[in-house]
Amino acid sequence: MQRHIAVLTLFAVAACGGGEKSAADSTGAQDAMPSSSSSSVDLNGAGATFPYPIYSKWFSDYATKTGVKINYQSIGSGGGIKQLSEGTVDFGASDGPMSDADIAKAKGGKVLHFPTVLGADVIIYNLPQITAPLRLTGELVADIFLGKITKWNDQRIAAVNRGVALPAKDMLVVHRSDGSGTTYIFTDYLATISPAWASGPGRGKEVKWPVGLGGKGNEGVAGTVKQTPGSIGYAELAYATQNKLASALLQNSSGAFVEASVASITAAAEGASGSLGPESDYRVSIVNAAGAAAYPISSFTWLLVYETQADAAKGQKLVDFMKWMYAEGQSSAPALDYAPLPAALSQQLTARLASVKLGATP
Amino acid sequence: MTAGPPVVAGAAEGALPSAPIASIRGASLGDRIYRIATLACATAVPILLLLIAFEIGSAAWPALDKAGLSFLTSSDWDPVRENFGAAPMIYGTIVSSLIALVLATPLALGVAVFLSEFASPRIRQPIAFLVDLLAAIPSVVYGLWGVFVLMPILREDLMPFLADTLKLGNTPFFSGPAYGPSMLAAGIILAIMILPYISAVSREVLMAVPRSQREAALALGATRWETIRDAVVPYARSGILGGIILGLARALGETMAVTMLIGNRHEISASLFAPGYTLASVIANEFAEATGELHTSALMACGAVLFAVTLTMNAMARWLVYKVSK
Repeated sequence: MQRHIAVLTLFAVAACGGGEKSAADSTGAQDAMPSSSSSSVDLNGAGATFPYPIYSKWFSDYATKTGVKINYQSIGSGGGIKQLSEGTVDFGASDGPMSDADIAKAKGGKVLHFPTVLGADVIIYNLPQITAPLRLTGELVADIFLGKITKWNDQRIAAVNRGVALPAKDMLVVHRSDGSGTTYIFTDYLATISPAWASGPGRGKEVKWPVGLGGKGNEGVAGTVKQTPGSIGYAELAYATQNKLASALLQNSSGAFVEASVASITAAAEGASGSLGPESDYRVSIVNAAGAAAYPISSFTWLLVYETQADAAKGQKLVDFMKWMYAEGQSSAPALDYAPLPAALSQQLTARLASVKLGATP
Repeated sequence: MTAGPPVVAGAAEGALPSAPIASIRGASLGDRIYRIATLACATAVPILLLLIAFEIGSAAWPALDKAGLSFLTSSDWDPVRENFGAAPMIYGTIVSSLIALVLATPLALGVAVFLSEFASPRIRQPIAFLVDLLAAIPSVVYGLWGVFVLMPILREDLMPFLADTLKLGNTPFFSGPAYGPSMLAAGIILAIMILPYISAVSREVLMAVPRSQREAALALGATRWETIRDAVVPYARSGILGGIILGLARALGETMAVTMLIGNRHEISASLFAPGYTLASVIANEFAEATGELHTSALMACGAVLFAVTLTMNAMARWLVYKVSK
């Protein structure tokens, strides 16, 4: 047994040593940043899974460009907030803003929210007979998920879909069973639109669903919807686009029926950013935003950063990365089905980075 | 996994040497060191178990303290308002496991009896290997298979057959719309998953039944069926029950495949066509994104309850083995 332990220890040492060596080699090769430290990873972050594809692209592009290595673990928004609060990571990431109570509990002082990109939920459904995209209003979606509308040929659905032969089929509602930012955005929208939803299930990453089946992950919901004629559910835009799911046109606050797309989501942020002054803390919901082209179930996703960075060198690296992300990183978002921030908002946020204080202990 | 599932043989109990080696006077230094080392191993595991129980218990305390007994009896699970009741999950855990046992046990026994009593060695080896192989399939693969193969069969063939052709739709157990994700789907996938455990243990136990037992029955004029029913199976029953307990333990704790098939709904419904929930599934679903402290605590409490349910079911099963083997 002792010999086995010794062998295991040797393996572990070899693995660590090997990892450090190769990382150090690659940093050395492109040592462009004057402040680059000798450690293999410069910044550690953790949080939301939803923006992980774009974040990992940014971090890898940024490492190629500057040599600064950022390690990001997509453990979920809740986990990101917990780790940031405990001070075990240099920055967090979340699909839902932190509450005042959460911020008060964070060990490193005040937490700033920086929107990075935009995401959206689409309503997916399975009606094989219908080829034209279905039109839905926010009230209809709320009443379907509340269980008040149970048949596809309900008069109120027919009223916004004139000329479409809706089947007299029962609806099967499918929602997420796992806690997720996708659910937060969706319930945030329903609670904004429908007083009955706000006083009933409410908004959260996991709520008490009045009706329906729970599927695990976007793939669980989409899998059930794809297989079950008459079903309706929601999924994030990137997932629905990549899997070519039929999605509904949603009525926005100006009455137009809008398809979810990168352009219509950015339009939602434009509609909402009018109200975001320089003193805003950006913990805002942009569901049901103003604007004729705005898609209503859109949301920011945030990086969570302490206002006072105890380690000045790390703080500087983080600020430099975020400047690059707002200036150049945004352009790589649409290829991965994320909507970039409106240009004006990116500039506003770059200016806000000056409020991050370096070096002083809180 | 090369040798298939571990074997729980009731017959092996009581075979330990009665006098501990360490009590022999003048044991060498090497023996003493060896004794201490094995003692450390033997005590480390129970201590680890107690530590886990203590950690889960203390993390679960805030939710149990707030909800009280209603945590076990309430069906209201509302993370937004921080009301937590685990009754549907407790019900779902037990019912899905029982469905699995009811479906898997006869099939597994059939396999075991055939392999030990009828099959020639040439057939026995490959069939035993293939059945054991079921235990090596990862549970997420079972889940995917369930979603893409089992679910359509259930929805289009099996559920209409049960409800309409067999006219069971009028009973509360097979009523309601047949969507696919359901308690029945979870029970069937669990049955397939625990089948290799029950059949492997039963097969080994049946093969360990002495030849004289069979020969005596045949000599008395019994048919092969009578020999198996009256002489072989009763001799092996405590071992077979051990195999069933092993299957039950596996079914109670299974998470991934069940989560993908059970429909994840916090509701107790008599109908097996209706979706349900299990304790393991709710932890897998909600733990990563549970932000509120009470929510996390409620999930830990689900873990504690699962621990208790598993212990109770196992204790009951052991008592049954004890009664049967007497």
